[in-house]
Amino acid sequence: MNVKSKLFSYDIVDSPIHRLSGLTKLICFLLLTFAVMYSYDIRVILLVMAFAAIIMKISKIKFSQIKLMVIYVLIFVLTNAIISFLFSPEMGVEIYGTRTPILILPGKFDLTAEQLLYSTTKLFKYASVIPFGIIFLLTTNPSEFASSLNRIGVHYKIGFAVALTLRYFPDIQRDYQDISQAQQARGLELSRKASFFNRIKNGLLIIVPLIFSSLDRIETISNGMDLRGFSKSKTRTWYTSRKLTGNDYFAIFISALIFIGIASVSIFINKSRFYNPFV
Amino acid sequence: MHLKPVIEFKDFSFQYFSQAEPTLHNINLSIYPGEKILIVGPSGSGKSTLGNCINGLIPFAYKGQISGDLIIHHESTQTKNIFQLSKWVGTVLQDSDAQFVGLSAGEDIAFSLENDNVPYEEMHKQVRKVAEMVDMQNWLTSSPFELSGGQKQRTSLAGVLVNNVDILLFDEPLANLDPATGKTAIEIIENIYSQDKKTIIIIEHRLEDVLHRFVDRIIVMDNGRIISNTDAHTLVCSDILTKTGIREPLYVTALKYAGVSVTPDMEPGYITTLKANQHKHTLKTWQASVEAPKAKQEKPSILKVENISFSYDGLKNVLEDISFDVKEGEMVSIIGKNGAGKSTLSKLICGFEKQDQGTIFYRGQDIRDKSIKERAELIGVVLQNPNQMISKNLIFDEVALGLRFRNIPEDEIKSRVEKVLKICGLTPFIEWPISALSYGQKKRVTIASILVLGPEILILDEPTAGQDHRHYTEIMEFLVEINKMGVTIFLITHDMHLMLEYTPRAIVLSGGRLIADTTASAVLTDHQVIQKANLKETSLFHLAQMADIPDGTGFVQSFIDYERKLKNR
Repeated sequence: MNVKSKLFSYDIVDSPIHRLSGLTKLICFLLLTFAVMYSYDIRVILLVMAFAAIIMKISKIKFSQIKLMVIYVLIFVLTNAIISFLFSPEMGVEIYGTRTPILILPGKFDLTAEQLLYSTTKLFKYASVIPFGIIFLLTTNPSEFASSLNRIGVHYKIGFAVALTLRYFPDIQRDYQDISQAQQARGLELSRKASFFNRIKNGLLIIVPLIFSSLDRIETISNGMDLRGFSKSKTRTWYTSRKLTGNDYFAIFISALIFIGIASVSIFINKSRFYNPFV
Repeated sequence: MHLKPVIEFKDFSFQYFSQAEPTLHNINLSIYPGEKILIVGPSGSGKSTLGNCINGLIPFAYKGQISGDLIIHHESTQTKNIFQLSKWVGTVLQDSDAQFVGLSAGEDIAFSLENDNVPYEEMHKQVRKVAEMVDMQNWLTSSPFELSGGQKQRTSLAGVLVNNVDILLFDEPLANLDPATGKTAIEIIENIYSQDKKTIIIIEHRLEDVLHRFVDRIIVMDNGRIISNTDAHTLVCSDILTKTGIREPLYVTALKYAGVSVTPDMEPGYITTLKANQHKHTLKTWQASVEAPKAKQEKPSILKVENISFSYDGLKNVLEDISFDVKEGEMVSIIGKNGAGKSTLSKLICGFEKQDQGTIFYRGQDIRDKSIKERAELIGVVLQNPNQMISKNLIFDEVALGLRFRNIPEDEIKSRVEKVLKICGLTPFIEWPISALSYGQKKRVTIASILVLGPEILILDEPTAGQDHRHYTEIMEFLVEINKMGVTIFLITHDMHLMLEYTPRAIVLSGGRLIADTTASAVLTDHQVIQKANLKETSLFHLAQMADIPDGTGFVQSFIDYERKLKNR
């Protein structure tokens, strides 16, 4: 029945990436993300993107798993590029300090080589960061994620709230479905036949019972947690927090190296966040 | 007794701040180390409140006024908080799904160790050890969605055993389990009890099912007071059970029907200890005297299901080649363990899902092309939890909802709603907010809100789940009334009593196939069906064997017929 109700398609697959601890993956993810978000050097970004592709290969993620996500990301990234061009077509010129028009267009919308480089760089920035996010989500056990958050300094109650949400999300999803079907049988119209306002009003007829039946459950859950001593001390340990192994240190080392490498390129070679081939 | 009690209530009273009256009155109760105690009582008798006092949820999570004293391990609980108490008392809650906070069984078992800051290696060692005690060691990495109800409960049990508590408190452990799993649960509790010499307290209203294994004492509560504190043999001979509305074991009822005066020296507390040798003859004569009801006139078919198959993912069939034919005015139970396909079947009948193969006929007419909304006027479905169906504040609006969706004129709505509320005995509450109603009344509101659309078939999912005998009877007698008015009723249920008492016919599913479609008495005495559908043999069958009555099924049927006549149904 609840085959379909899985939030993340986290699968227990055995790959070197899956075997890394959640903490490692979180640290690596943060290091690589910061590095790529900082740099506007397309050469470096392309290298990182290639690196992301290799890691994705190693972690045995199939394209079918991420197809939908990739489509959404592409739409987002392209819209972003177009809109930022429409709003400030001279952004590249401002940044690089030169103006090399390639295509003269009416109004202020000349396409310049600078703008083209800037837009492409930004596009690839997203395209290289997002795979790391996908890898992280798909290869990390959600409760290990919670414990990792705690280990990098986030309060355990927040970490645990994340884990609890993941735990009960499918249940609530199933309740929603049951309630919605029962209300439809009474004649509730959720399809486009109803007007927008009516659809919102009708949605309430599902949400209200959902909230009331969930409140009962929340009471039981919190009783169960109290009875087993949740929040009695300032810290807690985690069943899923794995000890760091040689591989973990290696992965962190590589990520740190990439981070330092990218930072060095910016500081020493480009002498700014931007790679400027125009001067 | 020379031992000192491990739990002692002294003139203990408790009143919730939200209530006008105390829930517990002057409780005096001593429980000794290594005792196994069963606390029974109808809903609202205070038995759960008593349990919550022992584990500290009162006054930690539920505030109220306490007088008198509760002493656990020679220390007054007034100086203790819930966390200190949880080192002594481990509680397994009724809803083991909600108690399951981990994303895997191992994680859930480890929960209290995590909160105690137990280091990683030590924690894993302890979890493995405890998991073996409840036979869950091979499921440690499984998610709650992959586990059965029984496995979830065993996980919960392990999750409190891991604290090394010496008092175990079970709050209605049988409520969400099918009969076979419930039986196993009682056996597991017994194993823990006999191996580890723990003090066990079981709160439950399903007396006969708990008495599958020995208990030292049974405490009966009613209206916040302890009204009996004795052993099983003495209790079932007294009239306390009938007075408080707790169901006595069926075999005891049968003996009483046969005119046997049940006395403690027959050791009637457990079917396994019962000595009924002298009464063989009485039982046989009684059975012979029970008249079978006249065969009813064959009515026309109302719902016919023909060779239905269905799969959610196109790979594995959830239902396979199901066929049955139900006649007008029947009351049928659909049974089978979780995942057998019961709810899927009801979803197909209501049109929430479409069958891959086969046909559903309503009065001989294929209903394939009817929408959910159209089918709802023929076939109504009532969910298990009334809170899942109620979306309005006032009873009238709730019941009128389905009619308003259909744009029926307001004056017609008024007369139809009033008529249905009258049938459902809700007229006095017509102006009431729904939140002020009891569970049983809410259930009636949900049934009324479906009946108002005028369906001729009603499908109810576990209508009496979690209800004590009194409320169970109230709900079921109401359904009988509706059935008598000509509505055909399907009940999806785990409850074997319900099946025996109310539904002459049972359809049994197992692994998506129909494995039996026969009388309830035949189902509950057929060993193979019982095993496949996670049921258990009724104690009436054992009684028949004990009395050397060869036709056990016939004996069970006689019991049903006798009871129907007695209750004039």
